[in-house]
Amino acid sequence: MSSHILIRSLDRSATVFLITVAVIAIAVPVLNLAVPQSSDFHIPTYLVALFGKYLCYAILALSIDLIWGYCGILSLGQSAFFALGGYAMGMYLMRQIGTRGVYANPILPDFMVFLNWKELPYSWYGFQHFPYAALMVVLVPGVLAFVFGWLAFRSRVTGVYLSIITQALTYALMLGFFRNNFGFGGNNGLTDFKDILGFNVEAETTRAALFSITCVALMLGLLVCRAVVTSKFGKVLIAIRDAEARVRFLGYRVESYKVLVFTLSACMAGIAGALYVPQIGIINPSEFAPGNSIEAVIWVAVGGRGTLVGAAVGAILANYAKTYFTSGVLAPYWLFMLGGLFIGVTLLLPRGIIGSLHHWTALRRARISAAAEEGVAAPPPEPQPAE
Amino acid sequence: MKIQERLAQAEDRAKEAFERTLLYIEGVTVSFDGFRALNNLSFAIEPGEMRAIIGPNGAGKTTMMDVVTGKTRPDKGAVIFDKLHDLARLDETEIAELGIGRKFQKPTVFDSHTVYDNLELALKADRRARATLWTRETADERRRIEEILQIIRLTAVQNRLAGGLSHGQKQWLEIGMLLAQDPKLLLVDEPVAGMTDVETQQTAELLKQINREHTVVVVEHDMTFVRELGVKVTCLHEGSVLAEGTIDEVSANERVVEVYLGR
Repeated sequence: MSSHILIRSLDRSATVFLITVAVIAIAVPVLNLAVPQSSDFHIPTYLVALFGKYLCYAILALSIDLIWGYCGILSLGQSAFFALGGYAMGMYLMRQIGTRGVYANPILPDFMVFLNWKELPYSWYGFQHFPYAALMVVLVPGVLAFVFGWLAFRSRVTGVYLSIITQALTYALMLGFFRNNFGFGGNNGLTDFKDILGFNVEAETTRAALFSITCVALMLGLLVCRAVVTSKFGKVLIAIRDAEARVRFLGYRVESYKVLVFTLSACMAGIAGALYVPQIGIINPSEFAPGNSIEAVIWVAVGGRGTLVGAAVGAILANYAKTYFTSGVLAPYWLFMLGGLFIGVTLLLPRGIIGSLHHWTALRRARISAAAEEGVAAPPPEPQPAE
Repeated sequence: MKIQERLAQAEDRAKEAFERTLLYIEGVTVSFDGFRALNNLSFAIEPGEMRAIIGPNGAGKTTMMDVVTGKTRPDKGAVIFDKLHDLARLDETEIAELGIGRKFQKPTVFDSHTVYDNLELALKADRRARATLWTRETADERRRIEEILQIIRLTAVQNRLAGGLSHGQKQWLEIGMLLAQDPKLLLVDEPVAGMTDVETQQTAELLKQINREHTVVVVEHDMTFVRELGVKVTCLHEGSVLAEGTIDEVSANERVVEVYLGR
């Protein structure tokens, strides 16, 4: 049963992408750890962390493409789920600090001692256990998305209205998390992490392992998304994107489909956030900023909406460009460049990078088969590439 | 005594008439900002019947379909399907599940799916989200889809994207999707709008063929097409029934001539 899902999911671009990520997952840690620093092939640790960050963003972009590219749900609050997953991981890391904190309190994280709190808030219970924290990484974003989606989709909020309320959601969370009495470290957020599962988070080996784990998560994320969009469920999603009313009159309960895919996407974003935090070393409320979500939507548009692989590629390229341009003289103009990139892609490359590649190959194939048609009497019917 | 007897008899007759109906619309009124799109509309459709609905623009034909399919809630009145279900209380999905299919005025198919996939999505099957995640097409389903492709004459283009079809082909694909849905009642809104004469005639044949196993309600302006169908006609005007009968009876009706057909 699972083999046919796998075969169905692996088209050419997905396979190429998976192999590339698998190679990177092995090569980067090896070049970082096993190759001496004097060698030209050595990858410095800061680059491992940087690329690890890009990969987390790629998972976030996948989660956006799943709902936007295939179901037409443009969420401008996806970073809320990313940040919530990050906070769940951050809380685990905070509780691992224990007596090594500035105030050496075995239970309370430093910021609580500083605020003169005497007891651990209920929301922090259980986070010293990794499995519980890992569960919360998917559960908290998932439940929020389920409740929010159930309310929004049942009331048939769509299009720009949905985009606006998702943005309000992430903005409201940001304001909440900024407050000290919310209990998650206020505007400083959570930082000064020491170790994860007993390994020092600063250690090169831990960073390399986190990098490889992020690669695996990205591969699994792509596989899950591909399996979803190539199933009949995925066909219904595309149908909803194209003609929602028609789907209803066919007897499908559109809101169930939307809630399910929205929740799945939020869980993915949560995992991306959880992998991001130990590699970056901090999580603070600015991660909820609506601007982050909008930026992530731009990555997807750049890479190619509705292609999955394109979303991941777009996230990596756009973030590489961001790193490159914000570290030079052009730094003050980055936001203009990002805006320009979005406008440029929309006007000149509306299918995005990978989307355009797919389109051009399809055109070329059509030309070849048309040419063959002229020569041969009756060509066999050619199946269309799955969209 | 006599009056009571007659009343009882009338009640029995009404009951009998109701027992014979598949769709029973009783006193339905729908207002939009004070405008009465439907005004105390009543009529009934018998199982196995094909009925043509005609009438001038704004007569309430499409609103009537909206009410039956759950898109619009009536302010007053009842819409009873299959003697058991009050459609006025259900939403689009529930009504579709009961077995009412609808073809829109403007052909609405899924443009970025192939013709085949359009039919697959419409095919009667478990519609729940979780079921569709794991399901796999069966040989029976494939056979049924191929059968429908034959009926709607789209076998040759089954792997093409629906967005690339001609207007007439899209209309047929949508009718095919209704067939795949296998509803008890089909509501077809202006199926031949924008079709050539040949296509119109083929569509009439197609609908007659469909009518062998399904109850059909067709809204249409094209009087030649309605004549071609040769079925009972209901003429609506200002949200109520103006006349009902064969095409000849209705087109001979003074009022119908006055408001719709023209002298």
